Amino acid sequence: MLQITGVSRRFGDVTALSEVSLEIRQGEFFALLGPSGCGKTTLLRILAGFETPDSGAVTLDGDDLLGQPAHRRPVNLMFQSYALFPHMTVAKNVAYGLERERLPRAEVRERVAEVLEKVGLSETAGRKPHRLSGGQRQRVALARAIVKRPRLLLLDEPLSALDKKVRAEMQLELKRLQHEVGITFVVVTHDQEEAMSLADRIAVFSAGRVEQVDAPVTLYERPATPFVAGFVGANNLFEGEARAGGLSCDGLGVLPVVSELPEGTAALLAVRPERLRLDEETVTEPEAVTAAEDSEAETESKAETGSGAVTDSEDAAAVTGDEAVADGEAQEVSGDEAAADSESPVDGDDPADEEAVDGDDPADEEAVDGDDPADEEAVDDGEESRGEEATAVPEAVKDSQNAEESEGSEESAGPEDSEVTAGEEVPEESEAAAGGEVPEESEAAADDEVAADPAVAADGEAVTGGPGVLRGKVVDVSFYGGVSHVSVLVAGRSTPVLVATQGATQVQAGSSVTLTWRAEDGVLIPQ
Amino acid sequence: MRRSPLLHLPFWATYVFLYTPIVVLVVMSFNSGKSPYSFTGFSLKWYGKLAGNDLVKEGLVNTLIVAVGCTALSTVLGTLLAVGLARHTRSRLLDALGVLPAVLPDLVLAIGLLVFYATVKMTLGLHSVLLAHTVFGMAFVAAVVRTRLVHADNSLEEASRDLGATPFTTFLRVTLPQLAPGIAAGALLAFTLSVDEFVIAFFTSAPATPTLPIVIYSMVRFGVTPEINALATLLLAVSFTVVIVAQRMTRLTESLS
Repeated sequence: MLQITGVSRRFGDVTALSEVSLEIRQGEFFALLGPSGCGKTTLLRILAGFETPDSGAVTLDGDDLLGQPAHRRPVNLMFQSYALFPHMTVAKNVAYGLERERLPRAEVRERVAEVLEKVGLSETAGRKPHRLSGGQRQRVALARAIVKRPRLLLLDEPLSALDKKVRAEMQLELKRLQHEVGITFVVVTHDQEEAMSLADRIAVFSAGRVEQVDAPVTLYERPATPFVAGFVGANNLFEGEARAGGLSCDGLGVLPVVSELPEGTAALLAVRPERLRLDEETVTEPEAVTAAEDSEAETESKAETGSGAVTDSEDAAAVTGDEAVADGEAQEVSGDEAAADSESPVDGDDPADEEAVDGDDPADEEAVDGDDPADEEAVDDGEESRGEEATAVPEAVKDSQNAEESEGSEESAGPEDSEVTAGEEVPEESEAAAGGEVPEESEAAADDEVAADPAVAADGEAVTGGPGVLRGKVVDVSFYGGVSHVSVLVAGRSTPVLVATQGATQVQAGSSVTLTWRAEDGVLIPQ
Repeated sequence: MRRSPLLHLPFWATYVFLYTPIVVLVVMSFNSGKSPYSFTGFSLKWYGKLAGNDLVKEGLVNTLIVAVGCTALSTVLGTLLAVGLARHTRSRLLDALGVLPAVLPDLVLAIGLLVFYATVKMTLGLHSVLLAHTVFGMAFVAAVVRTRLVHADNSLEEASRDLGATPFTTFLRVTLPQLAPGIAAGALLAFTLSVDEFVIAFFTSAPATPTLPIVIYSMVRFGVTPEINALATLLLAVSFTVVIVAQRMTRLTESLS
């Protein structure tokens, strides 16, 4: 019915729409969904005739739409602000469009009465808009638009101005009306719940492009692009490479998913919170002692955090994260030695070193604060893990002396990042022993890499082994809407994994858990 | 919270300062004696005398002709100017120039207009005063309507077009009603400004057709009489009425939107 072909629109440097093509069917309730500034409203205004695309074509039942001025199009728009004429009564507002068609007065009156009846506003016909409630105004706006019996009704954020309760009512009302009048509805919204509950099909927009057009359920179950996976509903996203048995994810191993992608393809795995199975773990000891096993994965993840922590300081310093970790894996040095070693570089007046120390005070401090309890645990946790970081330190510094320029800088993720890893993860993973070393080192005026690296080292260790696919620690449990929402911080991953379970859960914040899911419940999206 | 009565003092002092001369003027207009400076008894005789003064009557008629004509012209042109400025130009300079005559010193405008009239060889008379008053009246209307336009809802016009109205119908049925309070306020402003405008009228009128302010000026040259007080009181009454009506109107229309 409505055919949009290759529509583009630029405003100066900003591309509002880029080669958008859509087909909307007769009688359909269609939603354009996307974050604000994604171009969906521009498209709506192009359909209404208030905006002209730079290129592309729009046809309605085969007729060119773009050539017609707004007031001649068989298309009506319900404005976000409703745009009711304040100087006219409700009835006059609704009659306005019909009067423009020069219909006989009797017919106008009849059709106005009919539509007001339909939206349940007959008794307010004589009132001015300012004397109506928000919900009533919305109905008037809707009545004013549908009374013209357009072939296409456009709705711009139809429910955004209403409070929650009225919104739910109007949602039903809109659906009922659309069903009754049989007009094709195109609704623009940034509210995915609104789109999901109203529309037959949804086009998800991002940065002026259509990401995916599908029914709400398909959109949710089978997101086709990384953006859709992240935008529609809560989701857990894992980046990695496709493998035969799933997705190889740095620091997390191979995650189960049915993969049809060629091996080695960069892909995103999306698993919905309600698809995750959460089991509480009783034994916490063994994982802590485990030494680095998945060395390759570890190195990478360490590199990221290491460089992130030092971002502020210097390129050279960023490299040290990389090197330090790589060296640290194989070494075994006693804890005492480690302390001694870590002190020495500080004495040296190496510029890179100094900057590294200055660079990330907050991260450093947080690491120190967070780790007091972990410290105790660290004592029983064998020497290996201490040795690791201990060696890491001097090596790192040595390297930083030489290296001036580095590829490592590209990886740096900004100071916030480092705070996340050093500050948040370390305490959470405290039983993983390695993190326990941090305070000692910090006291000895060790630099950032020391604080950051062990944190990651700990992450890497916690991942492997055990029956669960992912293991982690519960950081937050909240219960609403009959569903328990559990955030689990998994080692090797900076953002918590979200789990949703029906009913109240027994799991409490702080407990160790494993997360599993069926391979077919994951969605693999090529990147 | 109770405020110290001392704080009220400046407020009331200002009011006294503002209105004492006016009160004196009104009181003296009812003076029975001839001296405009000492009140000797109540009388309406100066009002009677004023009614019989043909010079004043002529001046009043002239002034009304100019004021009404200028108000009509200013309102239409000023509104169009405001809409045009708001819709069709992004230039801040044009914007500023549009309302400049409103803030330009009267004397500058008066001399400029006189020179202009002389250049185009236009005869002086009521028409020249009317045009001159329209120049600044229009600027005032434009300024008032412009502020109204800034607050106007653009989507109303779009809604009108969306519902099938041509741009012209939209302007008549949606834009104008929205601007109505601003236009009315601008019109009243133009009217009152024109009625008591002296400098420009003095420069651009012909000796045969003086406006009321010019008549008063010529009377005052021979000393202030209670007759002039009476005239001033009448003008004051008109101004008050206009201001109150204007206030009412804006309040009324604001409550509507």
